[in-house]
Amino acid sequence: MESRELPGAAHRLSVEDVTVSFGGIRALDRVSVEVSTGEVLGVIGPNGAGKTTLFNVICGFVAPDAGTLSWRGKTLHRIRPHRLSSLGIARTLQGVGLFGRMTVLENVMVGAQHFRRAGIASAMVALPRSDKDERDLRDRALATLAELDCAGIADRLPGTLPFAVQKRVALARALVAEPELLLLDEPAGGLGADELTELRGVIERIGREIAVMVVEHHMDLVMSVCDRVVVLDFGRVIAAGDPAAIKSDPRVLEAYLGREAEGPEALTAAEAGNAGRP
Amino acid sequence: MSAPAIPRAVRERTLLRSLSLVIVGGLLIALITGALSSYRNLQLAYGGYYFAALAGLTVLAGLSGQISLGHGALMAVGAYTSGLLIGNEGWALVPALVAAAGVSAIIGIPLGLAASRLRGPYLAGATLAFAVGLPALADKFPSTFGGENGLTINPSMPPSWLGSNFALERWEAWIACACALIVLFVLYNLVHSGVGRSLRAVRDDEIAASLCGLHVGRNQTVAFVVSAACAGLGGGVFTVVNQLAAPGSFQVQLSLYLLAGVVIGGLGSLVGAIWGAALLVFLPNWTTDLANSFSLSTNVSHNLPLAIYGVVLIAAMLLWPSGIQGGFRSLGSWLWHRRGRRSRSPGAPADRPSAAS
Ligand SMILES: Nc1ncnc2c1ncn2[C@@H]1O[C@H](COP(=O)(O)OP(=O)(O)O)[C@@H](O)[C@H]1O
Ligand SMILES: [Mg+2]
Repeated sequence: MESRELPGAAHRLSVEDVTVSFGGIRALDRVSVEVSTGEVLGVIGPNGAGKTTLFNVICGFVAPDAGTLSWRGKTLHRIRPHRLSSLGIARTLQGVGLFGRMTVLENVMVGAQHFRRAGIASAMVALPRSDKDERDLRDRALATLAELDCAGIADRLPGTLPFAVQKRVALARALVAEPELLLLDEPAGGLGADELTELRGVIERIGREIAVMVVEHHMDLVMSVCDRVVVLDFGRVIAAGDPAAIKSDPRVLEAYLGREAEGPEALTAAEAGNAGRP
Repeated sequence: MSAPAIPRAVRERTLLRSLSLVIVGGLLIALITGALSSYRNLQLAYGGYYFAALAGLTVLAGLSGQISLGHGALMAVGAYTSGLLIGNEGWALVPALVAAAGVSAIIGIPLGLAASRLRGPYLAGATLAFAVGLPALADKFPSTFGGENGLTINPSMPPSWLGSNFALERWEAWIACACALIVLFVLYNLVHSGVGRSLRAVRDDEIAASLCGLHVGRNQTVAFVVSAACAGLGGGVFTVVNQLAAPGSFQVQLSLYLLAGVVIGGLGSLVGAIWGAALLVFLPNWTTDLANSFSLSTNVSHNLPLAIYGVVLIAAMLLWPSGIQGGFRSLGSWLWHRRGRRSRSPGAPADRPSAAS
């Protein structure tokens, strides 16, 4: 399905004409998007527009009815979620999605697990290389936690931490895999003002090195960190371009205002209920 | 494992820890069995094979979150394998026991594949069907499996270098405990490796685990197969110790007892499996005594163990949801904190309920 890319090959994801239907609902309708290394792409749109579904297609949780995906210049035929991390793609889930009965350190070590080299046989008899893997994973996890100012909580269980910190751990778990494409599903959900500023800094820093796709409702964040924005409405791309242009695009305003009549509270409540799980 | 004094060199070398466990355990058993009566040695041997099955089951249920009501039948697979190989084919002890584990592991593959597609009550139902259905095979092929009477084999005599008056029961306890220690060694290593962590990740959140690069079904199947091999080894030893593999020993109650032993001992805890094994060895005696002292009818007394298990199980789940071992652990950490060591982080310290200690 994949092989390590040649240097200089196109480091980018492109989604071409992807269509997904759930029964009668067209969750995605001939959607095309692209993202390159060093770019932060924002995906916005009202609740139910198909943003999470787009991520689910990229991750292989939902098979598209039509359309193709390519990654680093190669077509991806059948994507299987567990292959993503070795392909260089990582994702955070809407909400948190941490392993509740494992420490923060262990959570992040699982994120790095595609670096493991020893198999189950070496683990059973505790060959030194199995321990070496463990040390390697622990070092990687601790380094990533330190980068996100989470080093002090390595031994805590996720449930004992504030929501915002849990989200940062989830981000660490995605980053520790050293992805070349990072998909963030509503990273700002439930964060306060200070935490938003921190998140903005983190995304800007990551976005200089790898490709990032962000689904987000928080317009200020989207407008400040994204190099480009794609707007989905009823499964269609209704606008795409740089943040300033999107902000003043009448179609975008209409899509949002049309929905805003239901009241923004209703909108966020519905969104919170939809855990965004594939 | 909250004691902070473990040197780094030991903490980071799994083999050093698991091997020390095995060596200390082996020495203790070698010494203790010399002092025990034949009857107690026999009970220790029972405990050894129960431990093998319980340890496999507790890793399956506690680490990978899968419930099996079929482990009694997997023990039967191992028991009949070693019975046939030793009794009919004249195999030596060690290869026959390896084969018992191997055949159960092979039977565990389709079971594990099915298990990885089933959840909760469906998984319990499927494994229960296996536990109910398998003993019937002995009746179906009486010429191979000996029907109701089962297979009998000659006792495995102690090797001559142990001396002529080395008790058979002591030798049987050695065999059973050696197998238990092998199971302990392998499972301890697995639990403390990346494999164990992967299993716990899959248990906690399948979607997040697969995004981390873990194949959910493969992890669950591997856990089932390893667990089946442990049960098969336990079953193989059962035949050696009892010189008999008969359908009556592997009725569906055995699977229920095993699961109860794992829950009461402490789900996911290898030490808990020792408590569970002790329970499986001693409870039948206690209930028989109880039945006798109240001079109950045989009808009632036969069902008494099962009833008592039910009551103990419910009581354990209500009062001590993390089992005997979990209870000891929280008692330990309570005492630890009372000694004034409040310097640890203010939130709940990460007490890992699933990692075996
Ligand atoms: N697994 C699914 N089965 C059926 N319908 C789904 C499924 N996932 C999403 N949908 C529907 O597809 C549409 C898009 O959903 P989603 O991608 O979650 O939107 P967003 O993330 O933009 O809020 C919604 O109408 C939703 O109800
Ligand atoms: Mg969504």
